[in-house]
Amino acid sequence: MEQLKFDYPSANRRVSKKAHVGVVGSGDMEVLMEPAETGSAHVSIQTSVNGFGSSWKAVLDRFFARFDGAVRIHINDAGATPGSVMLRLEQAVEVIEQ
Amino acid sequence: MSIATVIPAFVTRESFIELEARERAQALMDPGSWRELVGPFDRIESPWLPMQSIAPQSDDGCVVLKGTIAGQSSVVIALEGGFQAGSIGEVSGAKMTAALDLATRDSQNGKKTAAVLLLETGGVRLQEANLGLAAISEVMASIFALRQYAPIITVIAGTVGCFGGMSLVAGISSYILMTREARLGLNGAEVIEQESGIEEFDSSDRALIWAIFGGEQRVGMGVADELLQDDAKEIAAAVQRCLKAGLPAVHRSQQIDLYRDRIAALDTSQQIEPLTLRKRWDSKQAKAKEGSAR
Repeated sequence: MEQLKFDYPSANRRVSKKAHVGVVGSGDMEVLMEPAETGSAHVSIQTSVNGFGSSWKAVLDRFFARFDGAVRIHINDAGATPGSVMLRLEQAVEVIEQ
Repeated sequence: MSIATVIPAFVTRESFIELEARERAQALMDPGSWRELVGPFDRIESPWLPMQSIAPQSDDGCVVLKGTIAGQSSVVIALEGGFQAGSIGEVSGAKMTAALDLATRDSQNGKKTAAVLLLETGGVRLQEANLGLAAISEVMASIFALRQYAPIITVIAGTVGCFGGMSLVAGISSYILMTREARLGLNGAEVIEQESGIEEFDSSDRALIWAIFGGEQRVGMGVADELLQDDAKEIAAAVQRCLKAGLPAVHRSQQIDLYRDRIAALDTSQQIEPLTLRKRWDSKQAKAKEGSAR
């Protein structure tokens, strides 16, 4: 079990909705995305697979290169691959931007 | 029916099995009528799973929606089979119990509130051991309280099925609806094989598993009420029929003499075939006896 935290200060566009997508099944994860009170984006991850901090950072860096919402994201992960992580994040964005 | 008419119906239907627990619950309720109780953003997770290096889920795999079904006040409790095989832990068990108790309280105060249980579960969450076992008995006590006032409708759609302690919960509900893909049993195939050997039960034999636990067999032998297609509309309609029918005159689990006699009459010196059991335990017979017992 590993806890990871990332901050993206430049993601500061206000959002008003929240989204919950995904299931913590094997190879999958859930995302809770909601407006951040601080005005910039924060990500916390709880994963059952240790040692992939740099992969998480790479996926999130790429995600926040395109998304600028000031959101608080929490992820519970049961071994989602980087591709699945990106899809789940994009799915959550689809819900809050509806 | 020709293939040309069967296939479009199959392709255009909305599968219920493919929906996640929250979507399943929503599919049964009147649109816009529901709200979720103790949802994911309340963040009441299992404190026990992370200690064992297992990622928890923000709703602990239990979704509770309160609203109406065809205008009737109802609570839908859906277990997420994709998370820890829908197992019941301290949090998910407490959510279920509290939701059922609120329905009982509303019913006692004149607002009859039925419960629909969407059970996709292997039973007690072994990582939470005694707390899961306690949860099963609490849920059962709450069902006994509620079923004096309003029906409890269990839907087992698949593909996890309903096993272990939660099969007891299904057994004491007012109605059980199943699909052909669903399974219902106390001990699952792998548990039987592990405990009694492969001669007793080969858990890799899928035909055998469905012949024993499958929805068709369970409905055929009268321990479940209706066999449904994997179709969200059809399942929603069946739930509404059960709600309309209201409380059964006698719950299945109250027919102790009937089932005691049936079990006593079985000849266990020979292998009992699933089809034989279906013929012997004809559900129409049970209905007739139920009628005469009224």
